[in-house]
Formats: sequence, structure tokens, C-alpha cells
Amino acid sequence: MTTKPRVAVIGMGYSGFQPTTPHASFREMMFEAALKAYSIAGIDDPRSQVDAFISCQEDYWDGIAIADEFAPEPIGGVLRPTFTVSGDGLQGVAQGVMLLKTGYFDVITVESHAKPSDIVDLGKIYEMALDPIYVRPTAPKTAVPHYIAALDAVAYMDSRESGEEDFAEVAAKNRNNGLTNPLASYAANVSIDEILESEHVAYPLTMYDISQPVDAALVAVLASDTAVDRLGAWDRAVWIDGIGYNTETYIPERHVYGTMPSIRRSALTAYGEAGITNPLSQLDFAEVDDRYSFMELLSLEEALLGEDSIELLRRGDTYPEGKFPVNASGGSLATGAPFEATGLMRLYYAYMKLLSMQEGRGLVVSWRGPPTYTSAAAVLSYYGGGEE
Amino acid sequence: MVELEGTKLSEKEIETLPGVIYYKPFTRYKFTAGYAVSVFLEGLKRGKIVGSICRRCGRVYVPPRSYCEYCLKPTDEFIELPDRGEISTAVISYISAKRGRLEKPEFVGVIRLETPGYREGSYEFAGLFHKICGITEEDVKTGKAIGMKVKARWRPPEERAGSILDIECFEPIGGGED
Repeated sequence: MTTKPRVAVIGMGYSGFQPTTPHASFREMMFEAALKAYSIAGIDDPRSQVDAFISCQEDYWDGIAIADEFAPEPIGGVLRPTFTVSGDGLQGVAQGVMLLKTGYFDVITVESHAKPSDIVDLGKIYEMALDPIYVRPTAPKTAVPHYIAALDAVAYMDSRESGEEDFAEVAAKNRNNGLTNPLASYAANVSIDEILESEHVAYPLTMYDISQPVDAALVAVLASDTAVDRLGAWDRAVWIDGIGYNTETYIPERHVYGTMPSIRRSALTAYGEAGITNPLSQLDFAEVDDRYSFMELLSLEEALLGEDSIELLRRGDTYPEGKFPVNASGGSLATGAPFEATGLMRLYYAYMKLLSMQEGRGLVVSWRGPPTYTSAAAVLSYYGGGEE
Repeated sequence: MVELEGTKLSEKEIETLPGVIYYKPFTRYKFTAGYAVSVFLEGLKRGKIVGSICRRCGRVYVPPRSYCEYCLKPTDEFIELPDRGEISTAVISYISAKRGRLEKPEFVGVIRLETPGYREGSYEFAGLFHKICGITEEDVKTGKAIGMKVKARWRPPEERAGSILDIECFEPIGGGED
């Protein structure tokens, strides 16, 4: 049996991270992100040096049916093997990893984008994501179905000794973390008390607990170890030691509220591949989902990062200067949630963080947001620019 | 017409049958044209067709693109093209959006715009998809339409909105049937 290639991220690029981007079409944003990623990766001619292209998107977000057809051209995929993943960018990365593991591919591009500022009736798009027969007629007519996330938040509070003050602390931590991140449009110098005093959008969530949509395009270039060697990319190669993804159920009443088993399963797959048996001691930091403040706590628990994520928070461990920083970038609460590109955004921050470290290992967790129960997780490592 | 046996249901009866849920989607977007296409739309308002060119491969894009999809590099400059060219391919569409037969069929096609100053073979032609007026079904069916010289029929300046519909259609130079 031959050894499967190891896979690394060798470059990432972005465009946007602003609430509105009237200067560029989503295709121009994809192009900008792709050029930056190829530049960092050391890919001079993506048309010949990239073996396949993956774009992660949903037609309704783009407002274009069969939007797959729009995927190839801005990223170099015209007349090249290209396919789309109708899901989060991290799911697309998992597809890329699997292709590279076959040994038939050496370099893969993964792209995802979102332009929520192009959507006038966001609530109607979300409405169409609900079961048309027995959920849509009874669902609250809101712009974004925060009530679905709030169902999990209420159940989470009930099953733990947790309260709104814990959610507010996550929100305050991440919004303040974003103050040092130039891409964080929604960063805020806000205190826990200010958050607790603000009105609920959907109990127990205030506007500070809820991430806002943001326009962004992200591109990651993945490479096999052979390609890393050929491109001389060891200094910028962040290894994907393990990656998993799965979907629970679309039936809201079947979901076990206050839990997110799709994160648990994804993390277990990633840990299994990476040989992680004690995540908290074997990992250095995490970029996890925080589309809602409570989701950071839930993501950590489901990813088995300690038995009690609230305790980690209260002890200060998950602050940037703590023992196990979580969402030091500011997370989605400070930088926004670019729909399906959110997972690549988490990956981007983990990638940049690892490159800044001499050596380290981090976890990325992405949840697709309401009304989905789909998640992905990846373990990444960096060896300081040399071979392991 | 053969009269089939059974009970005929009205549209309303079908809509109210248990097991059939009617739902009308309602979504609105405000698409960002972006940098290059905005230049194109502004050009249309002035009665001009603007494209962009990639000097590396010679491709001319109409509407303009800010990048060349074949070279994956930014295009080099905007160029103004004449509002005339020849029909590259054309089709007659007989069916309406509701699947009924149109009284007057629609003609659409791709216009290969003239690109003066560029030697034939040294560039990729700039094609524009649009309505074609003034040609007949016979022109399309016999292949006479292919290669036919056409020119843009513009809306009056005061009616132009910076839209692809500022050009009503492309019509044969010297006039054709309407």
C-alpha cells in the first residue's frame, strides 16, 4: 500500500470583509482573492499549475440559478476541472484534501464568496431554506431566523449552569478582539454590562450576540507534499492533519437542542486523522464558529476542548493572552459572517496565526449557520518553515 | 379532441387538494455590476459600446471584464468598439415563458462586433448576445443570417438608463424587415 500524500494550505487570499462592496462584482472579488492566494502560494500560472478548482456557494445567495457556471472564470478554472460544493468553504477544503489524497492531483484551489449586500430580501431566502410544508407556514417572518439559533441557546443555558452573562462575555471578548483586526467591520469596544443591558433580538440573544452578514471572497490553495516541495513552499505550508464534515438532519424537531452533533462528528474525524487524543493539550488555539456568541461555547464543547467551555472562558483561558486562545481574530462576531465563505474565513485566520508562530497546531470549526445542522472541522499544523 | 373519462378538476380544486402546497417565492436583489461592467453600462447611456482587451492573449471582452479569464490577469485597457458587426449565430424562439406559442417569434443571437485596428487572427472577436430585429425566419433557416452585417438600434438618448436594453436590438445595415 502506497502512502497517501500529505496536504497543506500554501496560500490564502481574500477580498472584501465589508458590509457593502459597491466597487466590485462578486466575480471581481473572487478574482482579487484568487490573485492574492496564488501570489502567496508561489503559483505563477494557475491556468497550468492548478489541477482542479472547487467553488463553495448556494444559488440563492448569488441570486443566480445554476451559479456553478459562474465559478470557473474568476479563479482560473475555465476549461479546467472545476466543480462546486453547495456548502461551507471548509467542506470544499475537505473535498480538495480527498482529491489530493488520491495522488492524481497536486494543487487544488478552493474558493467561496458571499455578497449579502446584493440581497434585498434576505429573510425570504432564509424562508426558502425551511421545509415548505410544515415549517414555513408557522415560522416567524423575520429577516434572519435567529429564533432557530435561539432555540439552541435556550436549551444550552438550561442544560448547563450558564446564563446570558456567559454569552455576553463571549460577545464582548470577540468584539473587542476584533479591534486589532483591520478586517473586523463589526468590532466594538463594548463591555459585558452594555451587552446585558441591550435589547433582545430573539431571547436570549442581543444584537451583540449575533454576527452580521459581510461581503467577502476567500481563496485557499491546497497542495500535496510533492507540490509543496516542487514549489519551494515549505515556509508557507500549513498542514491539514485531519478534516471532517457532516450533516445532522434538516428536521428541526429532531435536532437535540443545546448540542451540535455535526461538530462532534467532524472533530472526531479530524482528530482521528491527526492522531489527536487530548485536544486541549495537543492543540494551541482554535478558530471556531461564533455566528452566535453561545456557539463559541458549544463549538468548543462539541470539539471536546475540555469538559466545560464556560469554565475556560471564566478562567480567561480563551482570551488572546490566555492558555488556549479562541477566535483571537474577533470571530464572526467582529468580522461578520460571509455565508458559505465563513469556514474559509476561520481557516484564513488559523493559517495566518500558524504562519506567525514558530511551530503550532490549531483547530478550525465551522457551522453553516441557521437553519442548518451541518459542520466541518480541521486540525492544522505548522513546523516553522521546514520539513517535519 | 378525445373526451377522456373521469372527473375534471378545476385549477382551484387542484390548488386546494390536500398534499399540494402552493408557495410563491419572493426575492429581490440589487446586483453589483462591478467596476468593468459599470463602465460598459455608462458607455451604453452615451450610445457607446465599451469593451476591454487583454494584451497577452488578444481577447476582447464585451461587456468588458476587469480580468482575462484565460490568462487570469487584469485586462489592460478599455476600448471603444463600433456599434456594428456581423451575426455570428442566431436563433428563432417560438415559445413564451408560459410555454405557449408566440404569435411573433423572437430572434436572438450573438453579434461579432467589428474591432478596428486589430488584425484578423491577432485577437479574439468581441461577441455580444442580444436581440436581433429585421431578419426573417427564412434568413435563419437558410443560414443567410450568419455573417449578415448588423448595427445597433439605440433607444433615444433621453430614454437610456445605463442598461443593456439601451440597445433595442441589432438590425441589418440598410434596414430589414420589422
